[in-house]
Amino acid sequence: MPETIREGALVLADGSVFEGELIGAGSDSSIATGEVVFNTVMSGYQEVITDPSYAGQIITFTYPHIGNYGINAADFESRGTFCRGIVVRDLARRHSNFRAESDLGSMLVQQGVPGIAGIDTRRLTRLIRGTGALPGAFGGVPEAELLAAAKAEPGTDGIDLVATVTTPENYTVEAADSNSRLQIVAMDFGMKTNIVNNLAQLGRVDVVRSDTSAADILARSPHGVFLSNGPGDPTMSPYAIEAIRGLIGNVPIFGICLGHQLLGHAIGAATLKLPFGHHGGNHPVQNLLTSKVEITSQNHNFAVDPDSLSGIAEMTHVNLNDGVCEGLQVNGEQAFSVQHHPEANPGPHDANYLFGQFADMIAANAAPTNRKAGV
Amino acid sequence: MPRRNDIKSILIIGSGPIVIGQACEFDYSGTQACRVLKEEGYRVILANSNPATIMTDPDFADATYIEPLTWEVLSAIIDREQPDAVLPTLGGQTGLNIAMELFERGLIGVPGKPEMIGANAEAIATAEDRGNFKVAMTEIGLESCRSRIAHNMDEARVAMAEIGLPTMIRPAYILGGRGTGIAYSVEEFEKLAASGIEASPINEILVEESIVGWKEYELEVMRDHADNCVIICGIENFDPMGVHTGDSITVAPIQTLTDVEYQKMRDAAIACIRRVGVETGGSNVQFAVNPVDGRQVVIEMNPRVSRSSALASKATGFPIAKIAAKLAVGYTLDEIPNDITRATPASFEPVIDYVVTKIPRWAFEKLPGASGILGTQMQAVGEVMAIGRTFPESLQKAIRSLELGYDGLGCHAGEDHLIAEFADDESLLVQAAIPTPDRVLHVGEALRRGISIDVINERTGIDPWFLDQMSLITEERVHLAATGFEAMSARDWKRAKQLGFSDAQLSYQWGVVEADVRTAREAAGVVPTYKTVDTCAAEFDAETPYHYSTYEDESEVRPSEGKKVIILGSGPNRIGQGIEFDYCCVHASFALRDAGFETIMVNCNPETVSTDYDTSDRLYFEPLTKEDVLNIIDAEQPYKVIVSLGGQTPLKLAGEIPLDLVAGTSPDSIDAAEDRERWNKICDELHIPQPPGGTAVTVEQALVITETIGFPVLVRPSYVLGGRAMQIVHDREHLAAAMAELAGFGSLGREGGLSAERPVLIDRFLADATEVDVDAIRDHTGEVLIGGVMEHVEEAGVHSGDSACAIPPQTLPSWVIEVMEAYTASIAKRLDVRGLINVQFAVAGTTVYVIEANPRASRTVPFVAKATGVPLAKVATRVMLGATLAELREEGLLRPPITGHVSVKEAVLPFARFPEVDPALGPEMRSTGEVMGIADTFGKAFYKAELSAGTVLPEEGTVFLSLADHDKPAGLVVAQRMQALGFGLVATEGTATYLARFGVDVDQVLAKVQDGEGVTAVDLIANGEIHFVVNTPRGRIGRADGAHIRKAASLHHVACVTTVDAAIAAAQGLSERHGVLLGVKSLQEYHATGTTVG
Repeated sequence: MPETIREGALVLADGSVFEGELIGAGSDSSIATGEVVFNTVMSGYQEVITDPSYAGQIITFTYPHIGNYGINAADFESRGTFCRGIVVRDLARRHSNFRAESDLGSMLVQQGVPGIAGIDTRRLTRLIRGTGALPGAFGGVPEAELLAAAKAEPGTDGIDLVATVTTPENYTVEAADSNSRLQIVAMDFGMKTNIVNNLAQLGRVDVVRSDTSAADILARSPHGVFLSNGPGDPTMSPYAIEAIRGLIGNVPIFGICLGHQLLGHAIGAATLKLPFGHHGGNHPVQNLLTSKVEITSQNHNFAVDPDSLSGIAEMTHVNLNDGVCEGLQVNGEQAFSVQHHPEANPGPHDANYLFGQFADMIAANAAPTNRKAGV
Repeated sequence: MPRRNDIKSILIIGSGPIVIGQACEFDYSGTQACRVLKEEGYRVILANSNPATIMTDPDFADATYIEPLTWEVLSAIIDREQPDAVLPTLGGQTGLNIAMELFERGLIGVPGKPEMIGANAEAIATAEDRGNFKVAMTEIGLESCRSRIAHNMDEARVAMAEIGLPTMIRPAYILGGRGTGIAYSVEEFEKLAASGIEASPINEILVEESIVGWKEYELEVMRDHADNCVIICGIENFDPMGVHTGDSITVAPIQTLTDVEYQKMRDAAIACIRRVGVETGGSNVQFAVNPVDGRQVVIEMNPRVSRSSALASKATGFPIAKIAAKLAVGYTLDEIPNDITRATPASFEPVIDYVVTKIPRWAFEKLPGASGILGTQMQAVGEVMAIGRTFPESLQKAIRSLELGYDGLGCHAGEDHLIAEFADDESLLVQAAIPTPDRVLHVGEALRRGISIDVINERTGIDPWFLDQMSLITEERVHLAATGFEAMSARDWKRAKQLGFSDAQLSYQWGVVEADVRTAREAAGVVPTYKTVDTCAAEFDAETPYHYSTYEDESEVRPSEGKKVIILGSGPNRIGQGIEFDYCCVHASFALRDAGFETIMVNCNPETVSTDYDTSDRLYFEPLTKEDVLNIIDAEQPYKVIVSLGGQTPLKLAGEIPLDLVAGTSPDSIDAAEDRERWNKICDELHIPQPPGGTAVTVEQALVITETIGFPVLVRPSYVLGGRAMQIVHDREHLAAAMAELAGFGSLGREGGLSAERPVLIDRFLADATEVDVDAIRDHTGEVLIGGVMEHVEEAGVHSGDSACAIPPQTLPSWVIEVMEAYTASIAKRLDVRGLINVQFAVAGTTVYVIEANPRASRTVPFVAKATGVPLAKVATRVMLGATLAELREEGLLRPPITGHVSVKEAVLPFARFPEVDPALGPEMRSTGEVMGIADTFGKAFYKAELSAGTVLPEEGTVFLSLADHDKPAGLVVAQRMQALGFGLVATEGTATYLARFGVDVDQVLAKVQDGEGVTAVDLIANGEIHFVVNTPRGRIGRADGAHIRKAASLHHVACVTTVDAAIAAAQGLSERHGVLLGVKSLQEYHATGTTVG
């Protein structure tokens, strides 16, 4: 047993208390607050913790052993971490994997991520499943203080979290194939690294900040524009919706996750907040064009309302668990998007063909007869 | 795609008897498939030779053929039934092999013949042939082990240079893997390669990259007609490559792969099932991963449901076989609802929020001569699974589920001998490096001593993550010792329990009685919480109450209103206690559910039907120990607990359960039948003769008994099943040895239970007596129902579980049967039995001796039920809960038995896997399973039973006879009959001389093996010149010779009987078989057309 246990507790805004021990960053007096969500992946904790889409959230891992295979540089999904904390049943004391360069506990300290272990994460998950994602707070201070902090935590509604995670500076990633002449602009709303890696398989990727205007993007004469994943409520980034509106019809567009919701808003569709969101690597999504089922990686709390698509877009993918809209194709335009994560990391590769679909769309558009005038 | 309507009837091929490597997991999968396909409205035809299965209950199929699983018999069934399709993927390797034989003969899978659904012949051939499989994997870019074939040393050296050291060398066409070895140096390679080329009859070796010590993984994949693929479960082996996965401790989910590596493996598994071409259903793909650089290679693929898929189903709550059956008839995954959530479809990948550990159980103590070292061929006879929130918790629960007297990972009396035996660390590490059944304990002991994880990892190849998790357990012991029993805080208790410590371990740690530990723990408020297995880590609401215990904040078990009955299952399969008892527990559950009770099953065996969450109203996947069972009783507050249907496992717990909760016969009566003094008194009182005998604790006492009763004697411990450690003893010297073996910390002491504390039973051995088993039920009004009277084929002295037997009795006069029935009734009355009783008799001359009585379910209950059509286990369960036989007759559950045919049960023995073990039968049971033959005559039924058991009685050829003196008269009859059937005869000198005296001349007289010169039976067996061996052991002298002969027969798959009675039965079977086609008939037809008596 460890010699120095920092006792602590997690308190939710509804008053529920979970006792555990503190891990990761933070002092005895600090309090971590955020919207408490759960993720059901059994591998891929590093990718989850470094996914910018978790900005503002405390991530509960339902799988009890976290940290088993350590941490490595290659599996970071962004330049750092943006979540507010992690909740686990058990943090591995010793990791084992040939790829490991460090351990999760140290990484949490380095990245400034606080955590709490020893929690009955199943009880917590069942609670969130019933009430929906709840604000919560954890730390080593008295429970009353934690409760007050949890109640004061605004959650992820009504905040432009994208602005907190988008790249500070625009940057370029060269094409994996140096012969490729394609150029893609990726709007970074909190983009995962493996999306950039997948896009770089197609061509050069110019990653631009989330507040870049349509005119600035079109001035780069891209062959395609990619709309990235990101945290929070899409309606909190109206500037991005505006920019996308200016892109539709002018360049092939592919969106993932938040990018999908933003595309929805740009064409006039609506989004809604799910009770506790989709966070895991095992969700069945049916491609309505082929009837094939893809097992997908998911991480979102908001979704496009399928009823709002009527006449403006076709729903192309549906979540078989709960009927949530997982993909759309804008009517008459070269623009499509999906709610799930075809780039995986973590999760299955079943939906990876969508990057190919984007490439095909770009290729069709690039053919001289199809190229629209004025671009 | 919806259900196929072009198919109306489907033939399912079962897996036959329980053998090592193929156990009751196939009853679980087959039962699920039968049930689903029947529900879907198909006519289900089932072929399986194993009467102890649930799937062969006449209710589960429309036509159930308990017939030998050979292509000829299957072909006859196909002729009669004309099924539209054959589903070959649910009957294990047996099912696949027979399907391939039928295909190759153009009987299925070709136009105009039944279609093969699930997997077609091409897919099976691709997966099953190592060469084809490797080519297929290379085609899709997956790596396999690199290998080269060599025919001489030059080629071998080139191959080695290409593959690199270490190298595995496998000579071609060598039986049992002889000559296979790993070369770590050039010198070793030169030696092994040269001897390998020499040893191979075609001078060929395979030089293969060695992956011993790599990490081993398995993925369970499912695919539907629309090419949707999902992974149900990933499994990581605790034991590295080199130990068969069935002999490995395995853990779900995968623990030490990054998501990048896991997804690569997932992609590979899906590519594999697509390339092999399994159109629908489940497959299992095995991988090895080099821990140094992560290189992944595909090892093999099973294009069918398997032991691993049963484990994966139990581990995740996703019923693979059930879904596979639906996919086979056309459904797609997204059209099938997930049973557990009911709201989501089956087209998803289960996630779990707990850790599952499986540990195999072996039977080396019953196989003297076997090395006990684990390798690439599976040797385990059963397994346990345990669920905990963390690996330490699930590991400790799994270890105590094994029922080997271990209360967890160390911290129990069982570790003392380990500490003493391997006093210095180096000897312990040397031992831990060898894969054996106790390796996990050796590793635990090394950690307890503080040997570093890196050193243990280097010596054993076990992943450091597992070792570190185990060291949390050993470190906790230090903390517990330092804290002391009195000073334990609630937090301390909870931490120890979360690490899986049992109260028994804590009791050992502190030297405090277990009851006090429990009281103090409960006083601190630390009691188990029950969580739910739900396929989705609580993301959705679970409808199916499948639970496990852990120590957390919240328990999910909701109190229910119904009248609840807990059924305690039989734990891991072992020799002597197997599927028969699971059958009884499952039947109890079905009967009680039908009668309006709420049923709660407790068991820890992942292979069984009882641990299917569909079987009972609630399932607790828990160890069957006092602590775990009492916890469930506390949580559920049942009306009654059933302890007498699961064999010794629950029976041992009877005394720990509040008396008024025990259903049926009282624990006191059970004890009266087991306790020698009390039992003797009862027999005297009832004037029922017993073989003379007594009880002894010391050798001196034993010798006093033998002075009165004389030798030979039968020596056995009380309270055991399967004749564990039972011996026939012929002299004083042997008696002393037998007593020493049973005393103190012999293997039996470690198995624990009551046997360790009870005296040894010594009885006069009745040579040449006929043994008879009677199964009966008595209700509270005193009515006794005789369920079945089984006459054994082998004489007394062969364990009843290893003996063939027949219903109805074939040679006993009717008055003898009446005497036995009367004795049974009076014993049942005297013991105030409420439910089942099994009585064993020995008939010698005109005396009927009672050998023993057991007021509980016996191994023969399912056989009797299949033979007579009377659902004995169901009737007995209802009687235990208060119903009378008259009421059950009224209800229609109890029907008159069906007669008019002969049923023979035959035991299936594991000797082919253990060529070093003498296959002679004796008082210690060694069979792993049983088969049944049904026909209108005994001879045909016996022939069918033998065929089902894998003993192909030859229709022509040469019989070898070598008989003990007292067997020679009967042997003469065998020789005459076999000669009349056209067989040639060879014999050892003594036997030949005896036969010649009666005018039977043998073709050749063979030398004794011991003499070392002249042609011996072993030589002729090896040359294929002997086709049937009749070899009866003769006391203790001359045994060695017979052992060589019997081992040779078992190695070369030559039919061999070791009793003269079996030889006579075989001769009768062969004479009736001669020139006659084996008829087949379904159980339903027997039951409909048989004569009923009543």
